[in-house]
Amino acid sequence: MRSLRRFFTRVVNTVTGRVHDERLREEIEEHIALETAENVRAGLAPVEARRQAMLKFGAVQSIKEDYHAEQGMQFIFMQDLRFSLRVLRKSPGFTSVGVITLALAIGANAIVFSVMNALILHPLNVPQAERLYQLMRGKDKAGNHSYPDYLDLRDRNRTFDELVAYDATVAGIDSGGNPTSAWVELVTGNYFDGLRVQPYLGRLFHPSDEHGANTAPYIVLTHAYWHSHFHDDPGVVGQVVQVNKNPFTIVGVAPPEFHGTLVFFFPDFFVPMVNQEQLEGKNTLNDRGKRWVFSVMGHLKEGVTGEQAIADLNSIGADLKKNYPKEDNDMIFTLAPPSLYGDRVGAPTKAFLTGLMVLAGLILLAACANLGILFAARAADRSREISLRLALGSSRKRILRQLFTEATLVSVIGGAVGISGSVLLVRALSLWQPFTKYPIHLQVKPDANVYGLALLMALASGFIFGAVPVRQILRANPYEVIKAGSGGKDGPRLTLRDLLLVAQIAICALLVTSSLVAVRGLVRSMHSNFGFEPQNATLADIDLRMAGYHDDQIPAMQKRMLDTVGAIPGVESVGLVNPAPLYAGSVTSPVFTDNSADLRPANAAAQAFLYKVSPEYFRAAGTALLSGRSFTWHDDKDAPRVAVVNAEFARRIFGSVTGAVGEYYKLPDGTRIEVVGIAEQGKYSSLTEDAKPAMFLPFLQSPSSETWMVVRSSGDSQQLGPAIRNTLRDLDAGLPVYIQTWTKEMDHPLFATRMAVLSLGVLGMMGGMLTVTGIFGMAAYSVSKRLRELGIRMALGAQRKEVLQAALGRAFKLLAFGSAAGLLLGILASRVLAFIVYQATPRDPLVLAGVVLAMSLLGLLATWIPAQRALSVDPLRLLREE
Amino acid sequence: MKQKTGVLQGTLALMVLKTLDVLGPLHGYGIARRIEQISGDLLAVNQGTLYPVLLKLEQEGAIASEWGASENNRRARFYRLTRDGRKQLQVETQDWQQTAAIIGRFFEAKAEDLS
Repeated sequence: MRSLRRFFTRVVNTVTGRVHDERLREEIEEHIALETAENVRAGLAPVEARRQAMLKFGAVQSIKEDYHAEQGMQFIFMQDLRFSLRVLRKSPGFTSVGVITLALAIGANAIVFSVMNALILHPLNVPQAERLYQLMRGKDKAGNHSYPDYLDLRDRNRTFDELVAYDATVAGIDSGGNPTSAWVELVTGNYFDGLRVQPYLGRLFHPSDEHGANTAPYIVLTHAYWHSHFHDDPGVVGQVVQVNKNPFTIVGVAPPEFHGTLVFFFPDFFVPMVNQEQLEGKNTLNDRGKRWVFSVMGHLKEGVTGEQAIADLNSIGADLKKNYPKEDNDMIFTLAPPSLYGDRVGAPTKAFLTGLMVLAGLILLAACANLGILFAARAADRSREISLRLALGSSRKRILRQLFTEATLVSVIGGAVGISGSVLLVRALSLWQPFTKYPIHLQVKPDANVYGLALLMALASGFIFGAVPVRQILRANPYEVIKAGSGGKDGPRLTLRDLLLVAQIAICALLVTSSLVAVRGLVRSMHSNFGFEPQNATLADIDLRMAGYHDDQIPAMQKRMLDTVGAIPGVESVGLVNPAPLYAGSVTSPVFTDNSADLRPANAAAQAFLYKVSPEYFRAAGTALLSGRSFTWHDDKDAPRVAVVNAEFARRIFGSVTGAVGEYYKLPDGTRIEVVGIAEQGKYSSLTEDAKPAMFLPFLQSPSSETWMVVRSSGDSQQLGPAIRNTLRDLDAGLPVYIQTWTKEMDHPLFATRMAVLSLGVLGMMGGMLTVTGIFGMAAYSVSKRLRELGIRMALGAQRKEVLQAALGRAFKLLAFGSAAGLLLGILASRVLAFIVYQATPRDPLVLAGVVLAMSLLGLLATWIPAQRALSVDPLRLLREE
Repeated sequence: MKQKTGVLQGTLALMVLKTLDVLGPLHGYGIARRIEQISGDLLAVNQGTLYPVLLKLEQEGAIASEWGASENNRRARFYRLTRDGRKQLQVETQDWQQTAAIIGRFFEAKAEDLS
């Protein structure tokens, strides 16, 4: 009751702004007058009597504040906040260093955490995702299964609500004169029911749709594909489209949040698995040995544990092994969450992200340490102000609170800047599709978790670096400071602080070295010899199977394609190759010397890359023939088998490059092949590989339905894409084509190097930021501590150089020491980098000069403000004031 | 510079109430003198801390204040106990005596008393 009344009075006072300042002032005056009179009566002189009275009364200002606090709901916090804002505005350099440092550190944490949140912490968008498990088979924990095995597991298990399965493939889809290739998930009939997904439009598949092979020509579109290719048209339900030249009916659209069960994979539509033959060109529904079903998963039944489910699956597995010893010999099961395809993708992703998170956390901690030093330097600078406030009766608590408010303010502003920057970056990251041909990207949306974490980090770091100067202030003795000035002892001994700073500088130099090495490697890779010439060449990927071609039709159609595209104006030559070199899907085959009789893989003379090419390929690709001839159109099925091999192949199998023409070797199936030409050495699987053997076979002797068409033009290859597309459409309107310039396609092999450059660059920037704040803090601290000494030196006639040396010598010594250590580490680290980056070596004058330049620039940047301050010392003013 | 603690502030409030109860309406200085006389050095250093306590009691309704004339004929604020305040004093006196008695017994207790 009492406190309620007090509360209301205070609220009323606050709202009405009623203050009793005047009353308190009058009361204090009266109080002191009475006490003075009392003292005078006791025999003191009037002046001394009043002094004693005031001493006895206590610190007027602090009593007034207590009185105010008592009177209304006025928060001293607001006062602190206003004061802090004023103080920070007065020192923009200090404030911006703090804000930028924290923005980068907290931004980095927010980005890494967003990705982690999206990939690992966020469950799949299906009901009861936490009970959904994928079946991993055998010692390798493989996720793929055969269809008959899947059926047995589905029908005989007693621990899963439903077992569903899917496989992913590419198919041509034509909804009327516009054939494109699309990514398809082949799903079992119970897929949507088992995952408990509801349709957005129309209906989804049900087990009742399946009645054996090729009986369910239905399509369910993903919401994204419906949006981009059917313009949100609700009339698509019931529409018939051609998939690989087979009529399929669109029955529905999946909900927007559902895109299959892999978090990073975004298929275009779903088709029943029983129609495998129409999609993949083969029917392996009854083949127990062919494990083509990409993934099998299901919800555990209510109350069933993982161990029980595994035991159940293993007993079925043991039975299968007994019945089909040849096909099913390794049937031990484990369970894994399906969103990252079990441990295959999940374990490295988790390890990588956890590593990044730890790194980001360390960066934040280091940033806090540096800012702590910076705040300590400032507290030292302000020791006179603080002493004055203490002397005037301010409590230490109050001063600390105000300093903490300052620190928190800096950290919250920094955190806000950091999170806004990271939101923009994360948005870009979500749109980014690193591999143009694959529907793989990260869908990252910062949510409340991310914002909450960033805010928490900002507040926590504010407290951490705000706490560094606490001891300094608690120890401050106002009497001593005002008497003697702010001079403190600054011994020459190496402190923990120095070691920390050297470590940061070394890491920064290491990162700068590594990123420069990576950049140089990237530049070199782009200009190295690939064994072909990507400039002025365009690639067109065509899979004739998608357009409904079979067997003998395929080479005939391919020859027609070559002829018509070759007739486009500006085209110099056209060739076919499968697969395109340096593309993800490289194929190798063991090869044997001509006198080998036992053709087991262990006896192979070499493992050679295998390419199937047309006669014109070498000219179109720009691959030089060192000797011999290319293929002709007469090297067909009826002619003797021939091959062109590369220099390394010739060296390895025949011992010499020039003498290899006319020699024979054998393939694993025993075919004797005559070498008719030697091609120059190239790169086949990665840019950093050593010389590898490769062989080229004529496509008329080894046909394949999928081919890459290499079109070399005299002019701009950008313009060529539409012309090729139109020409091929005239040839067959139902042909899905993927066209890309070869230079653009080189992004794939360069991906790892680019990522290395990018991530090292980002890390290098972080390291640079830490170095700058670290050195800045240290230099500012040492200048402010020695300001008086510097003033005296100047007064005694010291030159600018000497002043700078006295003020910043130590900072530069640490910088030089740290940089040298970092450079040495960088030289060691580039051995590791050599796995990713082409010819990575730091023994490169440009790299060395670059590191020295970068570190000097960082040092200059960091010491600029303290140096200016040291130089602008006015001895007169300083000696008067201190 | 000793900070006033919660206990100190609580006892200070109780002393103010008791002083006003015994001596009738008084101004701030008078209360401070009385407390000083009785409690010794409690208010020897920071007499000013009395004023926020007075304000708190007034806002709680335990005391009321009005302007009057002091001994040397200057305007001074006089505080007097209200009916609520008198009740509060009774309750708190009882509480205090009870607490003091318990603590006192506790301190007097010897080891053999507990066995």
